[in-house]
Amino acid sequence: MSRTDLAMYSRAYKTIVSAPPILWVALFLLLPYALMFVHSFWAVQDGALVHHWNLDNYKKLFTNPLYAQVLFRTMRIAASVTLCSLLLGYPLAYYLSFHSGPRKELLYQLVIVPLWVSYLVRGYAWKTILGSEGVLNGFLQYLHITHEPVSFLLYSPFAVILMLTHIYTPFVFLPIYASLEHIPRPLVEASQDLGASPASTFFRVILPLSIPGLLAGATFAFLLSLGDFLAPLLVGGSSGTMIANIVQTLFGAVYDWPLGAAISVGILLITISLLFLTERLEKRWSFK
Amino acid sequence: MSSAAISQPASVDANAPLLEVRAVAKRFGSRDVLKNISLNIASGEFLTLLGESGSGKTTLLRLIAGFEQPTSGEIWMSGERLDMLPPHKRRVNTVFQNYALFPHLNVRDNVAYGLRVQGAPKNEIPARVDEALNMVKMAGFAAARPSRLSGGQQQRVALARALVNRPQLLLLDEPLSALDANLRKQMQSELKSLQREIGITFLFVTHDQEEAMALSDRIALLRDGALEQVASPREIYARPATAYTARFIGQTNLLPGEIRRSIATCGVLRWPLDEPDGPVLFSLRPEMIRLSPDGKRQTNEVKFRASVQQQVFAGASELLEVDCGAGQLLRVRLPACGPLTGEHEFVFSIADAIRVAN
Repeated sequence: MSRTDLAMYSRAYKTIVSAPPILWVALFLLLPYALMFVHSFWAVQDGALVHHWNLDNYKKLFTNPLYAQVLFRTMRIAASVTLCSLLLGYPLAYYLSFHSGPRKELLYQLVIVPLWVSYLVRGYAWKTILGSEGVLNGFLQYLHITHEPVSFLLYSPFAVILMLTHIYTPFVFLPIYASLEHIPRPLVEASQDLGASPASTFFRVILPLSIPGLLAGATFAFLLSLGDFLAPLLVGGSSGTMIANIVQTLFGAVYDWPLGAAISVGILLITISLLFLTERLEKRWSFK
Repeated sequence: MSSAAISQPASVDANAPLLEVRAVAKRFGSRDVLKNISLNIASGEFLTLLGESGSGKTTLLRLIAGFEQPTSGEIWMSGERLDMLPPHKRRVNTVFQNYALFPHLNVRDNVAYGLRVQGAPKNEIPARVDEALNMVKMAGFAAARPSRLSGGQQQRVALARALVNRPQLLLLDEPLSALDANLRKQMQSELKSLQREIGITFLFVTHDQEEAMALSDRIALLRDGALEQVASPREIYARPATAYTARFIGQTNLLPGEIRRSIATCGVLRWPLDEPDGPVLFSLRPEMIRLSPDGKRQTNEVKFRASVQQQVFAGASELLEVDCGAGQLLRVRLPACGPLTGEHEFVFSIADAIRVAN
């Protein structure tokens, strides 16, 4: 084969290999996003979609306080979930990576197991635990801590945060664990050798070097919570409604697709800017 | 390199050893990695732990640094029990094999790390860091990240990071093994002169016997977790106690034989030796064998005729393999003398055949 033949061959090869993923992304990501984007500039008249270009949907987003209020609540819930899963996931990952000894593999599997259980099953489990006839209330009454069922447990932002934290903690755990595992152990020894106590070693060496994993985990928890609509549906009640529920209602019940699309574009923008930000932060904190 | 300011802490008794390793053993599972090691290190000494991989030298270093606990035995430093202290409370610093510089800190912050975590006065830190960096000629790299530095430069920073804390004892775990040959030689001589200037006690681990010979005041040779011999480089080379030592340090001819009626016989070689009868083993260094000058015969020498089998030119010297007859082969190192063939008469003095334990 001549040199040009080789070049042709490798070009053809690259095309063939890269075609499926490019097709996939185009068909199932770019095209739907483009459709959504276009829809957000259309309108609904007498229950029918009309291709009448306008900015009214976006105006509604900013003028109707309901949307801002729900969006704000959604972000507050997502932030709480992120914080709670970090507080649970980081110590867990730290313990597993540095102090679990020979039980490491087993404990790791135990953390992963909940991921195999269906999201819906876990949602209904929380319903059973938190409900007024539920396990938790029964337990509280059995202990005579309360005399009648506590009603604020279920159908509240609290319940949503609890359920989402339960679901997303493994997602936070995994990247943190991976980044902790990548810290060369001689660095920890070097720190102790230079006179740093275990606590000082943690804050000066381990924590800074695990920041990329911590950021990745936090991003997972925040963005997945931001777009969640099942948890509020199952355990949120009206006070726990999140932005995705509104989008779902607009698409599924009200048939106001353009407004739903406009809200979705808004969420997408928030998501993209957050990803952009965390990516830059992660780069700033990675040292290879 | 100038560093009069990094002084060595005054010891209580000039004769007392700085570090005492007393009957230390270490067992990992069912494997005895160290067996009953006792070793003293004097203040200001450069002692090298030499041994093959798996001989336990790094484990002994880690026991002294505090990263492992001895299974039995004690370690004392300056009259204090050391092995009960956690690593961060020991006045010992380590230069790690792959340097273990903190990747998220620049050179200056790496060097300042020890001073900061131990709460040294803030106004003292910059001057001491600069001093340590000057000492290893890295002052121009203070703001650089470790990943930007070459292996040799990282090595220097690791040294500065340890020395800035003015440890009583510096542990060095094969610090030069990742460097290429030329840089290695250069770092060896710098390390040696640095140690002489600042007078800190060095405990150096290596598997390279040439490095051990070049640097050390004393060499402690480890074999399978036990000390084979502890002596100065000259002594350990000239008077190896065992066949293992003789083979491990430099090249040698091992001559098995026996003594009967005050005559030592090793193959075709025999010489008078006033020692009790029995089997013996001698170590005879190749350079102790010379070409015999004609005529003169001396009583304290052994002469023999041998044919040259092989000759390797090594610059200043020639390495020969000679056959003394009956298939007994000896290695001989001569000053460069041009090609040799056929039979020649060789000679060595009886005193140079060192009796070694098997």
